[in-house]
Amino acid sequence: MADKVLDAKGLNCPLPILKAKKALKDVPGGGTLEVLSTDPGSVADFQAFARTTGNELVEHSEEGGVYTFLIRKK
Amino acid sequence: MSEETGGNVINPNSMSIIVTKGSLDWAYPPFILSTTAAAMGLEVTMFFTFYGLSLLFKKLDLKVTTLGNPAMEMPMMGGHMAMPNLVSAIPGVGRMTTVMMKNLIKKKGVASIEELRELAVEADVRLIACQMTLDLFEYSQDDLIDGVEIGGAATYIEVATQSHINLFI
Repeated sequence: MADKVLDAKGLNCPLPILKAKKALKDVPGGGTLEVLSTDPGSVADFQAFARTTGNELVEHSEEGGVYTFLIRKK
Repeated sequence: MSEETGGNVINPNSMSIIVTKGSLDWAYPPFILSTTAAAMGLEVTMFFTFYGLSLLFKKLDLKVTTLGNPAMEMPMMGGHMAMPNLVSAIPGVGRMTTVMMKNLIKKKGVASIEELRELAVEADVRLIACQMTLDLFEYSQDDLIDGVEIGGAATYIEVATQSHINLFI
């Protein structure tokens, strides 16, 4: 179970990233954030976000058009 | 480093954007990039000049025009409707296009410019309004949202010499 869950479904670029960044503020270092998104572009974007910020993209998956990302805070 | 350029050191995690356009469509690239860069840990400065200055007004009333947008097409009934330059001369077309675009923005979950601008302010994006543009078009700092700095070309160039990424939009 993630420390925090962010429902970004229905939101388009760049809102899932911006809201994830905000949500990470409430997650302790080493804790995890789960993000739900329906934006297909968020797959590439969360990978780039993780590489640039040093937060780890632990896993991501897709089911029925909903993308789930698990991010571990640096 | 030469004496003339001072001792400016480039911050590898920094970006500046010169914002020159104030229409609804052209307002998106600078605000999307600035907010995203800030979310990715970059220090961001936006310099608003000429028509870009209007993006700092307290009350935004952004419009989109088909004029000068030859590639503009609007999704319509499963297809795309071309919006040739010519139709912009018809009264009401500009307003209609703006309404269509705003409806699409809402329907597709795209943030409003007001929302992105608020997020930029929240993320400590540095906003600089061009003094010369204020003078030229007879505006004052009172017309702009709070937290905006006023500066000129030299102010921007100093920022640019310290920024790793410098964009002109």
